[in-house]
Amino acid sequence: MEKNTNYLVGVFGDQDVLVKAVKALRKKGVKIYEVFTPYPVHFLEDALGYKRSWMPRAAFGFGALGTTCAILLQSWIMGFDWPMIIGGKGFIAIPDFVPITFELTVLFSAFGMAGSFFVSQDLKPHKVPQIFDRRQSDDKHIMAIDLATNSLSEDELKALLQEVGAEEVNNKSFTEKEKKASFLEYVVDLFTKGVTDSARELKG
Amino acid sequence: MQIVSKVREPLVTGGKTYKDITEDVCRPVEGNPSMGWFAGMGLSLVLLLAGGYYLGDLLWSGIGRWGLNKTVQWAWDITNFVWWVGIGHAGTLISAVLLLFRQKWRTSINRAAEAMTIFAVICAAIWPVVHMGRPWIGGIWALPLPNTYGSLWVNFNSPLLWDVFAISTYFSVSLVFWFIGLVPDFATIRDRAIKPVPRLIYGMLSMGFNGSAKTWMHYEAVSLILAGLSTPLVLSVHTIVSMDFATSVIPGWHTTIFPPYFVAGAIFSGFAMVLTLMLVTRKLYKLEDYITMEHIEMMSLVVTITGSVVGIAYITEFVIAWYSGVEYEQYAFVNRMTGQYWWAYWSMMACNVISPQVFYVKKLRTNIPFIFFISIVVNIGMWFERFVIIVTSLHRDYLPSSWLYFHPTIYDVMCYVFTFGLFFTLFLAFAKYFPVVNMAEVKSVLKDSDSKVYKSRRTISNEVVPEADRVPVDL
Repeated sequence: MEKNTNYLVGVFGDQDVLVKAVKALRKKGVKIYEVFTPYPVHFLEDALGYKRSWMPRAAFGFGALGTTCAILLQSWIMGFDWPMIIGGKGFIAIPDFVPITFELTVLFSAFGMAGSFFVSQDLKPHKVPQIFDRRQSDDKHIMAIDLATNSLSEDELKALLQEVGAEEVNNKSFTEKEKKASFLEYVVDLFTKGVTDSARELKG
Repeated sequence: MQIVSKVREPLVTGGKTYKDITEDVCRPVEGNPSMGWFAGMGLSLVLLLAGGYYLGDLLWSGIGRWGLNKTVQWAWDITNFVWWVGIGHAGTLISAVLLLFRQKWRTSINRAAEAMTIFAVICAAIWPVVHMGRPWIGGIWALPLPNTYGSLWVNFNSPLLWDVFAISTYFSVSLVFWFIGLVPDFATIRDRAIKPVPRLIYGMLSMGFNGSAKTWMHYEAVSLILAGLSTPLVLSVHTIVSMDFATSVIPGWHTTIFPPYFVAGAIFSGFAMVLTLMLVTRKLYKLEDYITMEHIEMMSLVVTITGSVVGIAYITEFVIAWYSGVEYEQYAFVNRMTGQYWWAYWSMMACNVISPQVFYVKKLRTNIPFIFFISIVVNIGMWFERFVIIVTSLHRDYLPSSWLYFHPTIYDVMCYVFTFGLFFTLFLAFAKYFPVVNMAEVKSVLKDSDSKVYKSRRTISNEVVPEADRVPVDL
């Protein structure tokens, strides 16, 4: 038998109501699985209690690596592997190395950080996204609460969500198979079963 | 209900909701292209194919087909290269510099401007590559790769090599910045797709993005840092391009004002091209509520300011040439104004210095056909600027016996036409298959949660919102 994971899905229409709701629910000890929004909502990460993003540190680290590589590459080539006097400049003419060192610093930093972002957030072309509500990329803010991790009953949680301003409260469950669906299975399903009705509803 | 400020024009007009934004931006992607799009694409493909024929012939026969001579060894090729690179700069400026300055009006135009950057840099890169004569091995010559003839390396002291690094870094970082910005919007299109093929393609492009709060948090940090990295990158790219000239000893090139002057020129021409494209795109895709008169006015003012900066640079060059006491330098500048290329010089002055000043008049900077006209005039003027710098300095060198006049051939003209065809083909393909407005960012500015401004707000219909109806904002 397929094991299910059940979620309670609160639908919010306003970002300020959402942030207040997150704060209120966390105060009452409700564990929120995740919140999904169509655009970045400021203060939401604070309300959810997330730590600050470590992307700036990744950017700095990769940037420093770029600087080091650029200086070593240029110094080795111009100073040791193929030393030539060009325009009366010294073999290791540091001021001349500044532009390329800068460019490589930026290049390493940008690519390193972007790569870290995609890898850490598990974003890849063949990822099968878990969609709680298709409106989460359109006009609604979606709050998912995992029923298994909360001590409160489903009805209590439902009442709480409505109390803090959820416009709708729905149930959503993913079977174990759906959660672990491979990309190939997803593609086969897409072409054999078609697209779900919820996408049609979204377009009205 | 959309809420607007008493003191500021709304960024999105027409009382749009979040849903409206999604619908309006996704409509062109999901529907069939309009007749206008087909007409534009047809014309672009004609330019691409006609120019491509001459470019192919040039690659086959060699760059002797160009009108370059012994004295003027750089002409349209490098003019076009510098011009296209300059065009590209506005995209990064809009997305990066204005993001750092928290200018929210950038949100409606940054996507298309970034696309313009990418395509303009592709068009720019064609010129130095073709100029190498044997472009198929050009990459091996230009990159620091060990070669088979011994331990021969590229010259890291040369500004031309700095250019290779600057342009390729600029291109790849802009591409990453652009793609990261597109990911959430691809997810929106994926979730709306009814047919399996678009669902699959946009699903792959969206990388499985689902808009979770944690991902958005990292996403915003990445966007901000990429903006922080791109901002000095923009300045460095055109500074390095200007060093190709400034580090030489040719009168008229060897000037320290070149880096800031080139950067100002790049912003100037780039914003003019953004205006040209935006005015067409907003009309074609009915995006008047997103790319509003306010946006157009802002861009027109940037054109006026940067045009004035460029004008000051022209005058400064003259003053410095006079002050230097170097007769060759003084001759180069007098020759620009009164010599054989006087027509190019005065066209440049008229287009770049005089024409953008008209935007001080509110009536003129809100007149769309007139702005469109001026944006094209500015682009012509900026092309002349590059041409004047390059050709007038070269055609009179230190030996009067080698003085020559440059005549372009059909190959010069058609290779330039080819890049236009390429640029517009890529842009129109982008406008069809990608969302031209950044939906996620526009949604985030639709409702500003700044409580100070928020308390004195009215609805779009100018009715004062009763106290009871106001959404509380103190978090």
